Amino acid sequence: MAGYKPVAIQTYPVLGEKITQDTLYWNNYKTPVQIKEFGAVSKVDFSPQPPYNYAVTASSRIHIYGRYSQEPIKTFSRFKDTAYCATFRQDGRLLVAGSEDGGVQLFDITGRAPLRHFEGHTKAVHTVDFTADKYHVVSGADDYTVKLWDIPNSKEILTFKEHSDYVRCGCASKLNPDLFVTGSYDHTLKMFDARTNKSVISVEHGQPVESVLLFPSGGLLVSAGGRYVKIWDVLKGGQLLVSLKNHHKTVTCLYLSSSGQRLLSGSLDRKVKIYSTTSYKVVHSFDYAASILSLALAHEDETIVVGMTNGILSVKHRKSEAKKDSLPRRRRPAYRTFIKGKNYMRQRDDILINRPSKKHLELYDRDLKNFRVSKALDRVLEPSCTIKTPEITVSIIKELNRRGVLANALAGRDEKEISRVLNFLIRNLSQPRFAPVLINAAEIIIDIYLPVIGQSPVVDKKFLLLQGLVEKEIDYQRELLETLGMMDMLFATMTRKESTSVWQHASDGFLENKKVES
Amino acid sequence: MVEEESVRVVRCGGSELNFRRAVFSADSKYIFCVSGDFVKVHSTATEECVHILQGHRNLVTGIQLNPNNHLQLYSCSFDGTVKLWDYVDGILIKTFVVGLKLHALFTLPSAEDSVFVIINKEKPDVFQLVSVKLPKSSSQEIEAKELSFVLDYINQSPKCIAFGNEGEYVAAVRDFYLSVYFFKKKTTSRFTLSSSRNKKHAKNNFTCVACHPKEDCIATGHKDGKIRLWRNFDDDKKYTYTCLHWHHDMVMDLAFSVTGTSLLSGGRESVLVEWRDATEKNKEFLPRLGATIEHISVSPAGDLFCTSHSDNKIIVIHRNLEASAVIQGLVKDSNIFTGLMVDPRTKALVLNGKPGHLQFYSLQHDKQLYNLDIIQQEYINDYGLIQIELTKAAFGCYGNWLATVEQRQEKETELELQMKLWMYNKKTQGFVLNTKVNMPHEDHITALCFCNAEKFENPTLVTSSKDGHFKVWILTDDSDIYKKAVGWTCDFVGSYHKYQATNCCFSEDGSLLAVSFEEIVTIWDSETWELKCTFCQRAGKIRHLCFGRLTCSKYLLGATENGILCCWNLLSCACKILFYYKVIWQSI
Repeated sequence: MAGYKPVAIQTYPVLGEKITQDTLYWNNYKTPVQIKEFGAVSKVDFSPQPPYNYAVTASSRIHIYGRYSQEPIKTFSRFKDTAYCATFRQDGRLLVAGSEDGGVQLFDITGRAPLRHFEGHTKAVHTVDFTADKYHVVSGADDYTVKLWDIPNSKEILTFKEHSDYVRCGCASKLNPDLFVTGSYDHTLKMFDARTNKSVISVEHGQPVESVLLFPSGGLLVSAGGRYVKIWDVLKGGQLLVSLKNHHKTVTCLYLSSSGQRLLSGSLDRKVKIYSTTSYKVVHSFDYAASILSLALAHEDETIVVGMTNGILSVKHRKSEAKKDSLPRRRRPAYRTFIKGKNYMRQRDDILINRPSKKHLELYDRDLKNFRVSKALDRVLEPSCTIKTPEITVSIIKELNRRGVLANALAGRDEKEISRVLNFLIRNLSQPRFAPVLINAAEIIIDIYLPVIGQSPVVDKKFLLLQGLVEKEIDYQRELLETLGMMDMLFATMTRKESTSVWQHASDGFLENKKVES
Repeated sequence: MVEEESVRVVRCGGSELNFRRAVFSADSKYIFCVSGDFVKVHSTATEECVHILQGHRNLVTGIQLNPNNHLQLYSCSFDGTVKLWDYVDGILIKTFVVGLKLHALFTLPSAEDSVFVIINKEKPDVFQLVSVKLPKSSSQEIEAKELSFVLDYINQSPKCIAFGNEGEYVAAVRDFYLSVYFFKKKTTSRFTLSSSRNKKHAKNNFTCVACHPKEDCIATGHKDGKIRLWRNFDDDKKYTYTCLHWHHDMVMDLAFSVTGTSLLSGGRESVLVEWRDATEKNKEFLPRLGATIEHISVSPAGDLFCTSHSDNKIIVIHRNLEASAVIQGLVKDSNIFTGLMVDPRTKALVLNGKPGHLQFYSLQHDKQLYNLDIIQQEYINDYGLIQIELTKAAFGCYGNWLATVEQRQEKETELELQMKLWMYNKKTQGFVLNTKVNMPHEDHITALCFCNAEKFENPTLVTSSKDGHFKVWILTDDSDIYKKAVGWTCDFVGSYHKYQATNCCFSEDGSLLAVSFEEIVTIWDSETWELKCTFCQRAGKIRHLCFGRLTCSKYLLGATENGILCCWNLLSCACKILFYYKVIWQSI
């Protein structure tokens, strides 16, 4: 009637990091390539067009790197002082950068000398960006102003003087050519509309704002400042949606993954955290050697580039998809087998019956089904099983004991086979989760092989090892009990609280271990 | 007040279907089986019960088709009567009063006006096979006192008697010998196997016998699992036998097919073995029938077999060894640890069923609804093995949750304990395993109790154990962005001076939890899990606890081991009313 029921393998909670789709995705990168720059890397920006080169701003230079190149394929070094925020235009042909002396320079990717020079800021320009129509540049500077420049005329169009401190970050909308957002050290984020010459939305971040980001749809605004990353709903007039506090130092940069499903934030605490944009929970995090200043992802998340304060640029490439080897395929049934009945139309009264899925049994289960107990035990004592999945071996030993055939399965083994069993016992006997089953097995082995002891030096050595292990474990348990006694004494001197019953429970756990061992 | 209705008792379930061999009707449309003092007629195609033949006043011990009229059925009973039924309409035709306790019934086509029955006359252990002459008369109830003796000192079970070769001889087995009585010669031959002194043949005992329908051949089953085929037994000296050995345990029953070409055998292995041409090589198996095969019978038409199993089930098997129908009665396990419960959803009776299963038995339809596999491990049926036992079960939240506890104890210190929580799945209309807790307590669990109050949107379960603790388990949301999941976790552990917790109970509204620790009852607030008060009566260990309901909800009832029922008033707390009742506890 009912089929064979496979052995239930006891599962144990996996300690450490949970394996999820995200950890798999974000761990699938090669070891990082490190490139030394001349100073702290303040900005990394990918060209939106193939071949997806990226511009790295460090000290007074801007380097353009190719996708796999370790040397810059181009360098812009005509800066008198530190350069800031080299940003590509949407077509990837123009590059704009600010500088410490207050100038904003526009470069052609192919040329060397700047095409335009926008003069107007009196202090360092830390943020520049192209607007969505490609013909204007937005810049924010330490003189508290935000300016909009026209590229063809190289003229200043508008100046906003609403910020009351340094403007250090900004971002133009990708959809609307008139909208852009800036963040300032006066703790505010302001969204400006070029048509009204004043800010349309102003929100209070609470800390000096280091980085802002607009979602591609323009509906959500992300700001980073202090230890916080905050998400604002633009369509609701700048309502705070969620506030994330996952870093323990200032968050310096933000980036959105190419799918828009994950948000990345880099911080001075040397970590990059990845959030899901639906639940705003941290799904993964990376560690780096130094404080992170800038962060960028290539098209399709192919490359992660991180710039750090010590001038190191870390480039991680995604592992290429392992190509499936064309295995010699079995000969398949003829074509007409497949087309047979394919064009049969299902009638209304027909009942569809799926073919029952064939139940796959593990090899040890097949042996157990046929009552080959020794063979089943041999199978799970293979080194590949004992090292990787000792819980399967233990479950099979437990099952054999339940069936009352453990002694039969363990008996009649030669030197090599018995030392394999003993090796497994030596490795796992002291683990509390396996101990009850394995102690029982060890007792049976000693009973069976006591008469032949002394015949093989290899097995004798293993037995001595096992004995030493048990003695060590007993000593260890005794020490634990002593510690427990000391702790009980300490707790007894403290004022009595209602939580004592919980403590007693924990102590019973230790006692139980002791009982098992002895 | 509700008007007192007179109590009406309806009998339902519980009788053994596997007490005697089932019998097929001549056309194989119906199958008859004994069921307590009834005979049940089932359809072989639909498994439904077609008729219940009632009339006997004691256990029915044998049924046979009337060899002269295939639409009639004989039955005999401990009440000393043989009754003749018309099974198509389900009516009683005649009653023959023998006046002796009848243990089994046999009919022969050659002996038209008589039937054979097993009786015991003098000593309790000595049984005789006698032939009863059934007088012809038109009246309903006829005295049939004309007995003629056939064989003495036989086994009481009908499996140990077989008539062979169209009624030429009858074979009977008991202990270590086989006796054959030839009707024509009126002689008895006796064949003895080497006795129990010899260690090798210690388990040579005969267990059952079957005769070939056409040839002079007798098959006997033995305790050590061997089947012997006897030939030439009309000669005391020249008799021969051959051995067939596959069973590793006792052969429970044997049957020849109608043509005699194959022999069927079954035993504890719950495998039906078909031996073709009586050779050891040529055999077919139908494995995993679920429980020990007690009886095997063959339909007169030869197209169906049926096996009766120790778990009160009859399986109808097609000639090509494919099970075609299952007639399942209420399974009686050796120990009903879970007690009797009612599933709030189906209103079915729930108790231990097959090993490791919970059975849901509808009392309304007198039919098993389904079996829920709790232990989910391969059942090894071997003598002396310590099995995992399902010890406790409880329904909660209107049948949405089921909690079960299973245990296995090999030695005093080695207790394996597992608690499982099952969620009712509306889509599949069944319980699905949700959470498995290994070793929820250090020692045996004494009680499970769900909180069934409506205001508790979060399901809560309390377990009490001999290790002196009671634990509160709650359903927690374990969902993350990848999957939705709910699971049970321990919320609170309580104890009272290291006494063993013996029982627990929630009040009707779920606001209070009562836990008994041996002789002391403690009341806990279910919001904060604070100890509210304790009652101590020193009247013996508390065995059962129950809160009053509806208008009596201020009372708490406790029953102690030595038969005292205590009642506490929860409002006045200190003031205790005590009734002393002598209650005779039956084991539950």
